[in-house]
Amino acid sequence: MSRVAKRGLARSGLGWMIAAVPLMMGALPATAQDRLPPAPYAYEQLRDPAKEAAARELMHELRCLVCQGQSIADSDAPLAGDMRHEVRSKIAEGQSPAEIRSWLVARYGNWVTYDPPLDAATLFLWLGPLAFLLLGGWLAFGRFRRSDDDGGGAVSGSVSGPVSDKAADKGIGA
Amino acid sequence: MKKSWILFLPLAIMGLLFGGFIYRLTTPADTMIQSQWIDKPMPLFDLPPAADGVEGLKSSQLADGQPRLVNIFASWCIPCRAEAPQLEALARAGVRIDGIAVRDRPQDVADFFREYGNPFERVGSDMQSSVQIALGSSGVPETFIIDGKGIIREQHQGVILDHHVPEILAKLEALK
Repeated sequence: MSRVAKRGLARSGLGWMIAAVPLMMGALPATAQDRLPPAPYAYEQLRDPAKEAAARELMHELRCLVCQGQSIADSDAPLAGDMRHEVRSKIAEGQSPAEIRSWLVARYGNWVTYDPPLDAATLFLWLGPLAFLLLGGWLAFGRFRRSDDDGGGAVSGSVSGPVSDKAADKGIGA
Repeated sequence: MKKSWILFLPLAIMGLLFGGFIYRLTTPADTMIQSQWIDKPMPLFDLPPAADGVEGLKSSQLADGQPRLVNIFASWCIPCRAEAPQLEALARAGVRIDGIAVRDRPQDVADFFREYGNPFERVGSDMQSSVQIALGSSGVPETFIIDGKGIIREQHQGVILDHHVPEILAKLEALK
C-alpha cells in the first residue's frame, strides 16, 4: 500500500470517528430513564488536572447504588452521574477525598466504598489472605519435609504433614 | 483408620459450597441499600418548585412541630404511579406529605399530578439528585418519616402498599 493510500485510510477512519461523536452523545440520554440532561460534572472534567485526578481516583472507589458492582466512574446510571457531579463539585470546593468518602459513608454505610475499613464485617476480608498464606506455608513445609524423609529411606505411614502418606497413596496423590 | 476423614474433606467443601449456592439462589440477597442517615436532622436544602403552581420545599419547613412524610418520587418512575393512591389515602387521613421530585422536568411533574393526583403540600425539584444523595436514598420511590423537630425517624424503601398505610399512620401518631 502506498503512503498516500495509507494516509487516506487514516483520514477516513478519523472522519468516521468524528462523524460518530454526535451519535454517541445522542445515545447517552436514551439509556437514562428520565428526560433531563446529565448533571454538569457527570461527564465533564474539572479544569484543574490535579483536582480531576483526585476526583477520578475517588470515583473509582465509590460504588454505584443502582448498578451494584460497578463504580460510579464506570456506571452510566443517572444516579451515578449525579454522584460524580457531587464528587467533582465537592473536590472543586476544596474538600478532600477522605472527607467526601466519609460524607457518603455516613449516608450509605460502608457499602458505598470499595475500600472498607477494618471492622467485624470485614475482618475476614483483611485477615483472610494472611490466614491462607500461613496455611499454604504450613502445607508446603509439610510436603518438603516429607520428600526429605522419602529421600532418606521410606517411612511408611508416618505423618509428616497435614496430609498423611497413606491418604496420599490411596487417593489424593493418585 | 487414621486420618481417613481427610478423603472426605473435598466432598464436604463441595457440599458446603453447593449448599451456599442453593441457599442464595432460593433466597436472593436484599440488594436495597438502606440509608444510614436515620435519627439525624434533615440535611439543609432549599429546592425550587417542581411544577407550576406548587410551592418549593425548604428543609427549615420540615421542623414545625408536626410529624410528616417526605416522599421521594419522579414522574418517570413507574412504581411511583402505583404508590399514588396510597399517598392520597394518607393525605386524606390528615398526614402532611411533602414531595421531592428527582431529575424531573416541570411539565412532566405537572402531567404526573394531572393523571395521578397531587397529595403533596409542597414539592421541591431535585434536579441533580443532590438532596436524594444527602438523604442516603438510593432510588424512587422512597418515603422518610420526619418528626416534629425535623429529625428523620425512618426510611421506607419502595412503594407504599395498602397494608403499609395503617402502619405509617401508627408510626406518625407515636411521634406526636
